[in-house]
Amino acid sequence: MADKIIKPKLKTRRNLLKSIGAGTGILAGATALPGWVRYSQAQTSEPIRIGFQVHRTGIGAAYGRWYDRTTTAAAKLINDMGGINGRALEIIAEDDGTDPKRGAEVLEKFANQHKCDLAFGTLFSHVVIGSAPRAGELKLPYFVVSEGHHVASGMLNRYTLQPGITDVKSQVQAMAPFVADNLGKKVTMIFPDFAFGHDHRDYFSAAIEKQGGTVVAKIAIPPTESSFTKYFPKIPRDTDVIYHVMVGPAVLTFVKEMGEFYGPNKPQIFGFIDSLEAVDLNSPGLEFLEGSYFWEGNPRYAQANQSEHDKFYRAAVGVDDNGASVSDPKDVSTYSHMFGCWETLFTIKTGMEAAGYQGTDDRSKLIEAVESITDIPLSREHPQGAKVFNSKTHQVFGHQYISKVEGGKLKLAHTTSIEDTLYPDETDYTKQSF
Amino acid sequence: MDLGPYLLLASLEGAVQAAVLALTAVGLSLVFGVMRIVNVAHGEFFMLGAVFAWWIATFFGGHPAIGFIAALLIAPLLTGLVAVIVDWFVLKRLEYDPEGTIVATIGVLYIIQQVVLMTYGPDARPVEAPFNHRFYFPWFGYSSYKLFVIAAAIAILIGVWMIMAKTRIGLVLRATQLDRETATAFGIEVNRIYALVFGLGAALAAMAAVLIVPIQQAHYLMGGDPLLLSFIVVIIGGLGSLRGTVVAAALIGMSDGIISVFFTPTLAKILATLLVAMVLVYRPNGLFGTRSA
Repeated sequence: MADKIIKPKLKTRRNLLKSIGAGTGILAGATALPGWVRYSQAQTSEPIRIGFQVHRTGIGAAYGRWYDRTTTAAAKLINDMGGINGRALEIIAEDDGTDPKRGAEVLEKFANQHKCDLAFGTLFSHVVIGSAPRAGELKLPYFVVSEGHHVASGMLNRYTLQPGITDVKSQVQAMAPFVADNLGKKVTMIFPDFAFGHDHRDYFSAAIEKQGGTVVAKIAIPPTESSFTKYFPKIPRDTDVIYHVMVGPAVLTFVKEMGEFYGPNKPQIFGFIDSLEAVDLNSPGLEFLEGSYFWEGNPRYAQANQSEHDKFYRAAVGVDDNGASVSDPKDVSTYSHMFGCWETLFTIKTGMEAAGYQGTDDRSKLIEAVESITDIPLSREHPQGAKVFNSKTHQVFGHQYISKVEGGKLKLAHTTSIEDTLYPDETDYTKQSF
Repeated sequence: MDLGPYLLLASLEGAVQAAVLALTAVGLSLVFGVMRIVNVAHGEFFMLGAVFAWWIATFFGGHPAIGFIAALLIAPLLTGLVAVIVDWFVLKRLEYDPEGTIVATIGVLYIIQQVVLMTYGPDARPVEAPFNHRFYFPWFGYSSYKLFVIAAAIAILIGVWMIMAKTRIGLVLRATQLDRETATAFGIEVNRIYALVFGLGAALAAMAAVLIVPIQQAHYLMGGDPLLLSFIVVIIGGLGSLRGTVVAAALIGMSDGIISVFFTPTLAKILATLLVAMVLVYRPNGLFGTRSA
């Protein structure tokens, strides 16, 4: 035994010297390569690099696919318009596997390996919450497209902003009066058991109580669940309205099994379209949804009063009037969320132009410039609708849509005002130093 | 909901789960019993079955029943073929070494999962059920297809039992399971038997997946849960014991269904895992396991 230990030691020492020698050689060779110090003198001719944290795999994959298409379309348009401050925009996409741990690693890659100017595009709230602290440490501006209330709640930091999509708290607050007035006062909530679902649970319960309603049951379902019938008996019989919001690969199963469970004698159903994002509304088993209501972030089906901006945006991303891909009518988009990528990229452009952004040294100037944005009018750059950005909470506020299922399509029934979605500030990020 | 209908729904849900679980676990148990191999990639064969089912159903089009029946026939065959290739390409080269094959099948797990991710993609896709009728009890509705799943799984299990108990090939399988060397001495080509068993085990998992895919959807990560539950079932039932596997699958499936409905799905998983621990401590060979060499 002792013999065995000593001998390799001698060998190792020799090998070590050898490998040190070889390593120095490689290092010297590498620094001599022209690529090693490329562009360090010519920073302004470099493209602006935006690290795109995308859910290519994992439970967020369907969203990721469409976030990717929307981002690519917006980046192309920005480049066609002449780029940002005369520089081309380059999107560097990295898959985070819809995994918070991987999310933080991806941000590190953006900052240190790809030398990105900022990071952008994350949807799932647990990935945002897992990544944002690292963004703060890296001093990397992090523009999320997530809906979670974690930005406006003050949980994150000055480097994290959400200027392209509204948050759950404002959405559900605007939904509660409609639910209480039109559907019923006793609500059973079914939601995914993670941060995003908990936002729904907490803020909708509070909002419906203000309308004189009550939440009679709160049913939390793990987002990786694949079978749902077992949860439905927990819905109390005296429920007037089922409020459902689900995410993950099994959303179609969830809605189908709800239909199977109830049959014709169902309570009123109010869903967040998340439960059927990227799913064809005419899938077999979904007929029972006829006449039910959905929250939509942005109406999936082109409406009678469609704005020219929505028309333009739809065509640029490649979405038809039914909200599906123009090349494959079965490939349904995540229309209520993906506009956030489009709008966020244009807000970044506006911010960079206002700040005279030159390079990573100007990151704090960029954040200050975005913080100085207040009114965002309806436009090609912001096709979902006009918005108001709150610089203190780093959160944007905007119109919400309620649609009714009619003839297998979603028809806009009600549009909330921006005022319906406002609530008092819970934090002031501008007081944090960079 | 009142206790009676509540219990009925819970039992139905439990029975569906038990049926699918029994098929998957019998495949795993068969492979272990005959080949003495712990196949960690078993859940991926389940997933492959579902993915093949989607491809076949899409290819055939037409009435959903045509695609479904085609999938039920072809998907297990294709999955079995993949398993035979794995056996010939990987397991045979390792001479069926118990430790080596565990590591190798972990590798196979990732290869299958990533290949499916690269080709089929990360989406969950539905296969339409061959029929869509629903029963309406006074308290709740229930899909008749789910009842069909229970019946189909029982039929397939009876088929497996008939093969094992009544046919010549079953005799050869049992002989190999009992004593590999003596079987070789009697002129049984053990290598071929191993390839057959590995293919059959994977095909059973694939059949379970084809049955389940109209209820759930084909997704590249769907193999995790069936693998875990199959291991639980096989450990409780006794590795290599088909009877034990079926009984344990019924026990775990039913209790999972009932506990999930009355309490929470998490509690059901906790109790199942606790049961495994108890079995390992007090009956290391499982409820029906025999002390084999």
